[in-house]
Amino acid sequence: MDVFLQQVVNGISLGGIYALIALGYTMVYGIIELINFAHGDVYALGSFISLAILALLGVQDEVHGAALIGVIVLTLAGSMLACGLVGVLIERLAYRRLRNAPRLAPLITAIGMSFILQNVMQLWKGPSPVPIPQFIPNPTIFHAGAVEIQLKQVLVVVLAVAMMIALQTFVQKTRMGKAMRATAQDRDAAQLMGININTTIAVTFLIGSALAGTAGFVSGVYYGTAVFNAGFAAGLKAFTAAVLGGIGNIAGAMLGGFLIGLIEALTTQFISDQWANVVVFSVLVAVLIFRPSGLLGESLPNKV
Amino acid sequence: MGRFKLEGPRAGALVMAACLVIPFIDRNGSHINFLVDAGAFVLLALGLNIVIGFAGLLDLGYAAFFAIGSYAFAMLSSPQFNIHWPIWVMFFVASGIAGIFGILLGAPTLRLRGDYLAIVTLGFGEIVPQTFLNLSQYTNGPNGISSLDQPTFFGYKFGFNPVPYYYLMLVLIVLAILVARNLRDSRLGRAWMAIREDELAAAHMGINTTAAKLSAFALGASFSGLAGVAYASKLGLVSPDQFKFNVSVFILSMLVLGGMGNITGVVVGSLVLSSLDRFILPQLTSFSHDVMHLNIDFTNSRFLIYGIIIVLVMLFRPEGLIPSRQRKAELHAGDTDPSVAAQEQQEYNKAGI
Repeated sequence: MDVFLQQVVNGISLGGIYALIALGYTMVYGIIELINFAHGDVYALGSFISLAILALLGVQDEVHGAALIGVIVLTLAGSMLACGLVGVLIERLAYRRLRNAPRLAPLITAIGMSFILQNVMQLWKGPSPVPIPQFIPNPTIFHAGAVEIQLKQVLVVVLAVAMMIALQTFVQKTRMGKAMRATAQDRDAAQLMGININTTIAVTFLIGSALAGTAGFVSGVYYGTAVFNAGFAAGLKAFTAAVLGGIGNIAGAMLGGFLIGLIEALTTQFISDQWANVVVFSVLVAVLIFRPSGLLGESLPNKV
Repeated sequence: MGRFKLEGPRAGALVMAACLVIPFIDRNGSHINFLVDAGAFVLLALGLNIVIGFAGLLDLGYAAFFAIGSYAFAMLSSPQFNIHWPIWVMFFVASGIAGIFGILLGAPTLRLRGDYLAIVTLGFGEIVPQTFLNLSQYTNGPNGISSLDQPTFFGYKFGFNPVPYYYLMLVLIVLAILVARNLRDSRLGRAWMAIREDELAAAHMGINTTAAKLSAFALGASFSGLAGVAYASKLGLVSPDQFKFNVSVFILSMLVLGGMGNITGVVVGSLVLSSLDRFILPQLTSFSHDVMHLNIDFTNSRFLIYGIIIVLVMLFRPEGLIPSRQRKAELHAGDTDPSVAAQEQQEYNKAGI
């Protein structure tokens, strides 16, 4: 039982990372109906950028007190900003031209972009995992029998939930959020109503990629390594999370992320870590067969 | 006498004749070896072209079927389980097995929207090599299965000489091209193209879209079964790392570069990229090293280069180097819209709206 509960804790914190990535998938899919394959690689880039900022700040060991807050804020903000801008750049260079092309074209471009990002990262930091300095103290802050909750795990979940609430508020309450929802519903009609769809889509990519940057920072801190192709498997799982929750649905992406994290942690514990990917993938196929609209999604009619 | 035109059957015969004499002119074994490997990728590209080029379904895990074909051969034609089926039987068996897996993967997902298929195939491409790696009691895990049976043809042993494999590959490619052409011009082929252009309209014209898409998926997969058997038997071993995601993207970039939907284009695209991979990049590397005194390793960035090729071609010439006419028209159908919209926007801006 203790092992089970411990894996639940681990799974939820892992799920926080997937949830953050899934938010970006779901936003981009919601607005331009494109699976942005490069999104997972933007997440991996977030870890590398966090690493670069930490090196710039000269952080090598644990940091305490006010300095810790400062380092976290600087690294997180830098990673979010850089990833957000990369996302906007990808949209501008690779997807905007193809917005009216047959759907196959932007999908193929997306896989090409993913490949480019992955290989640029490999050229930058090499093919093997790169260690990230563990600057956040990680005391166990909760004990119950053999079950432990560590500070970092709390940090992941709090950050993920806070981001989701901020995003939900942004989309529901602000003018730009309204423009996003309108563009997602009907791009042409939105344009006729005076919405600048290019800006709206660019902002969507900015926010989605900044969230991937957050996830990259968090996973760098949580695992202590960054590797150039981490985005591939994580992206696949996060997309599964977005589909499981109902694609286009922000709360759904969050729920899906936590569920996928749980499934992965429990599979790793009770079956074997070699099969974790296979199990998650089977979940994706099962969801697509039995409930393609996801847990929280509404069923969408095929757009013509 | 009319002007001599180099097209159609005449060009085909000429190319064929040239291919037949290559091993007599070029006696360098490593060149022939390269051509056999390149031939396997031509087969793969022809198969993927049925799925992506004809039917417009984005399969991002095509290497998985290649893996299934290769492993089928490795398990049924080697000392692994002491089963020694002849390679000629295995061509049918392996392409059948690959086709069945195509149906198993396609049946649940093809009813859904096209882009879900892309992600499911991506996942499938990831887990198939993983599964072969995990089932180490049957597949020897990371070591793979080795000392596969060498083909014999009426008593003639292939051995380690690449030339007989070269002719075998040539026969397979010619067959694959003929099959692909006939499929394209068949009722089924027209159904695929109708689905690719407008699935809803195709369904309303009475095409059973699920059945048509499923057959594209299964037939495309079966081509990779052929490629898998030929490739594995020449190499003499299979291992899980031969079938990574990189391979799927490599084949995809052959299609994109050559021209999706055009058989000649796909063959040319795959030959160009194979030679780039094997000769041009190493040459560039040593050139930059020796002549320019730069330390750029182009072979290390080969996948970066393929990614750039995919993106640039899709943006600026989505129909590829040798386009299929219909495909070109489709891909450029949306071109006028953005410019018109931009023009209108400018006029609005001028009018101060």
